[in-house]
Amino acid sequence: MDPSQDRKVVAESGFEIKPVYTAADAAGLDPGRPGEFPFTRGIHPQMYRKQPWTMRQYAGFGTPAQTNERFRSLIAHGQNALNVAFDLPTQLGLDSDDPRAEGEVGRVGMAVDTLDDMERAFEGIPLGKVSTALTINAPALVMLAMHLAAAEKQGVPATEVRGTLQNDILKEFIGRGAWIYPAGPSVRLVADSIEYCAKSAPKYNAVSVCGYHLRESGATPAEEMALAFEIARAYLDSAIARGVTVDDVAGKITFNLNVFGNLWEQVAKFRAGRKRWASIVRDEYRAKEPKSAQLRMLAGGGGGGLTIEEPENNIVRGAYYALAAALGGAQTMALCCYDEAYSIPTEKASLLSLRTMQILAEEVGLCDTADPLGGSYFVEALTAEMEKKIVAAEKEVRALGGVVKAIEDGTIQRKLARQAYESEKRLRSGETPKVGVNRHAVAGAPAPKVETHPYDSASADRKIGDLRALRARRSSDAVRASLDAVRRAAAGTANLVPPILEAVKARATVGEICGTLKDVFGEFREPRF
Amino acid sequence: MTKPPSGARPPRVLVAKPGLDGHDKGAKVVVQALRDAGMEVIYSGLHASPEAVVKAAIEEDVDVVGLSVLSGAHLPICRRVCDGLRGTGKAVVLGGVVPQGDEAELRAMGVEAVFRMGAPFEEIAEWIRHRTGKSSPSPASK
Repeated sequence: MDPSQDRKVVAESGFEIKPVYTAADAAGLDPGRPGEFPFTRGIHPQMYRKQPWTMRQYAGFGTPAQTNERFRSLIAHGQNALNVAFDLPTQLGLDSDDPRAEGEVGRVGMAVDTLDDMERAFEGIPLGKVSTALTINAPALVMLAMHLAAAEKQGVPATEVRGTLQNDILKEFIGRGAWIYPAGPSVRLVADSIEYCAKSAPKYNAVSVCGYHLRESGATPAEEMALAFEIARAYLDSAIARGVTVDDVAGKITFNLNVFGNLWEQVAKFRAGRKRWASIVRDEYRAKEPKSAQLRMLAGGGGGGLTIEEPENNIVRGAYYALAAALGGAQTMALCCYDEAYSIPTEKASLLSLRTMQILAEEVGLCDTADPLGGSYFVEALTAEMEKKIVAAEKEVRALGGVVKAIEDGTIQRKLARQAYESEKRLRSGETPKVGVNRHAVAGAPAPKVETHPYDSASADRKIGDLRALRARRSSDAVRASLDAVRRAAAGTANLVPPILEAVKARATVGEICGTLKDVFGEFREPRF
Repeated sequence: MTKPPSGARPPRVLVAKPGLDGHDKGAKVVVQALRDAGMEVIYSGLHASPEAVVKAAIEEDVDVVGLSVLSGAHLPICRRVCDGLRGTGKAVVLGGVVPQGDEAELRAMGVEAVFRMGAPFEEIAEWIRHRTGKSSPSPASK
């Protein structure tokens, strides 16, 4: 590549970036003030000056006791919130002793079977103070119930629990794949949780709509936002159909968005996304409260940008992703760790990500003033371009018959898989630069030595032992009665959170509750690829 | 990418996602790359049990089974698939997040090759052509 050569620069979302921007490019693009509609410059008047972003590394492995230790270590190092990783059996509604769980118990997250586990995981962690995100989707209501019940045991009422459920099942059908039930009943579960939190747990965010995984699956940054908005609308519509108002529920929905790729494009994505969502909620849904129209987000330094080659380079990439998230006005941040192409992160890797965010927040001035890029000819012009691309991508999804239909028939999955393949080819051909991979790589370099998180199969055996002991000592009559109530609610239209709350208190297991729902709802059938 | 010579049946491959891991981007990328290389590729979909993978491999009469596991549970999964396919002549290969240290154990149970993230598509295709003898190997891709 000859840098003197006049080359065309096209952002992934499909617009051209010019060599120079001037006042003419930003004419008529006054973004207003931070904290004011449409919130292009951020949702708070002073942004990080008042309060830096929340730091929330994704953590969890092995038994609840082992995870509790990691949580405490992160908190001791200054992390002010938690983001719980559950193992795959838990994510798929299976108990640790289910034959399908073999080899997976406690592997990519914490194994949870019963309320005892959730109580143990949060031992010594005040659930009214430490805001806790649960990365759980198909069994989200079970984990919500366990979280609230564990808090109750600490003396924290549901009204005071600060939490966020990921609970974005529609994206699981597109990427990540931890689905159980068909789309219809899955969306009903989301609506149940939104309605319940709106009425009974006001500090709980019922849903975190994940553009993140759509981007990882092949979406462009503009498509990431557009698909997330279409999915968020599906949840909003479904909750509003219960008879609550948009102002009751819009604030229960947050977003989980991705950061990798071109830094400016990501910043523009966040700014344009806030503006677009504000207009959707106020102008289309007719929300009256300004707060309802605020797009609150976690920005996650994306695994999709990290490499297995020269893994330490990922530490540097993570720092730039965090910078983009801060310049984009994220409320919460998490970073994929440098070793995640090898295993779930070691404690050292996890703390390094936390330190990366802390250095950015406290040493180099990112919190000094709100939206430091506001008014830049370039960034304002890019933000306007991005908004157009997002709106166009939303229309594209609607033309497919709406997001739920396009997921059920696999159209979106096929489109993103095709784009993921094309972007892999660009990476392999060197068209997309990756340092240490297709740029400046040293031929014949030895495979890197990476210290990885060890999997402890003995802890899985202990988990299974604990589960069996609990099954023996609980009241099986109470469990049966509580599961019958869950079954009746599932077959009808009553909100499922209250009966699930009773079931978890009776020590019904994740597998029993999710199995009961599966009996009623059936299973999702994956479209052919 | 080159198509096999006309007349010869191209290699048939089952790309499978056994176990609970739902990360299917890589598997779907490989499905498309092998289809572009002229192979017949079947994709299992998510949450396939190792036994269902074995059954599909036999029913679909594939030459090669490519397993994709990113969760770390590849050892027990591969063991069950390899046991089920022993003696059938079908090759089992693995892709995903696989520590170097597991390779000897994987080989011993019958996994013939491991392709990690970033493995060149042509290297995978070439390995399959060579192993199945279903078309003349093209020049080495390195």
